[in-house]
Amino acid sequence: MKGMSIIVKKVTQLVSGLMFLYGIYIITHGHLTPGGGFAGGAILAGSFILLVLAFGSDLLKLKKREEGSSVVESLAIFAFLILGVMALFIGTHVFFKNYLPAGTVGNLISAGVIPLYNIFVGIEVGAALFTIFLALAIFKEEVLE
Amino acid sequence: MEIILSGILIFMILGAIYAIHARDLLSALISCGIVGYGLVICFLLLKAPDLAIVQIVVETITLIIMVSVVLVSTRFELDKEPGFKHKSRLNHQLLGHILIAVFIGIVLLYSFRLAIMHLDSFGDHTLRMSEAYLEGAAEKTGSANLVTGVLFDFRGYDTFGEATILFTAVVGILTILRIKGRK
Repeated sequence: MKGMSIIVKKVTQLVSGLMFLYGIYIITHGHLTPGGGFAGGAILAGSFILLVLAFGSDLLKLKKREEGSSVVESLAIFAFLILGVMALFIGTHVFFKNYLPAGTVGNLISAGVIPLYNIFVGIEVGAALFTIFLALAIFKEEVLE
Repeated sequence: MEIILSGILIFMILGAIYAIHARDLLSALISCGIVGYGLVICFLLLKAPDLAIVQIVVETITLIIMVSVVLVSTRFELDKEPGFKHKSRLNHQLLGHILIAVFIGIVLLYSFRLAIMHLDSFGDHTLRMSEAYLEGAAEKTGSANLVTGVLFDFRGYDTFGEATILFTAVVGILTILRIKGRK
């Protein structure tokens, strides 16, 4: 996939970092403000998709493979499962039990395991959407060759 | 607020109908976007900002992917002349179809009105389970956002299933789309 014009490239350089930071903010404040893992992960994937669309798929040293994002996605969902299973061995033996101390409501570090779940679901959703986009782009290049 | 919501819903229905009948694929896609962004405004009016954020981001990403697919594909519909003929004669079969459609519409409207008359007023919840969730959920889960508390604490197993669905979708797409793997 080829890149776009220099105006699009400059605006992308300015905007994509802000989009990435906003996605991280939505994920980490998921237990305080509206949003959470799914919305923040989609925003993260959006910033990467914007970069690839503007600069072409030569960016990020892609070289016709999407194993990187696919491996990240699989690892994230594996960590999510491990966090859920660990509740079976700690305290009361209940699957997906909130076993960390809850803290005070409204602080950034509170709500036990929920922020960790949010972070891993965010990584999983972002990597999954980006993998789908990369698979479509790479498939197009392979057909056009 | 119901008047504004029904106005937006009618606008979304018009966009969906135009998307079916549009002769150009690109304009059909853009009128599909009307449905998604109208849904965002509906979610905001119904006070569901969590859903609105997810919907606006996912709608934008899917529109971008579909537009980039359409722009690369060969578009035969631009070369064709609008040459189909309108048959204006009203035969018996068409009359029968219209009568059946009007009859079914009247029956559906009557039964919907019967069903709506027995509902509670807008916003009242009658389920006992939701009251148990709402009472002291912040103290039980420790999360100030009630939606996240329900998603990741009360219904953590459901959320894990949703994430697994996304994982399965990625595996399926990689299996179908990769050409190198097939060789």
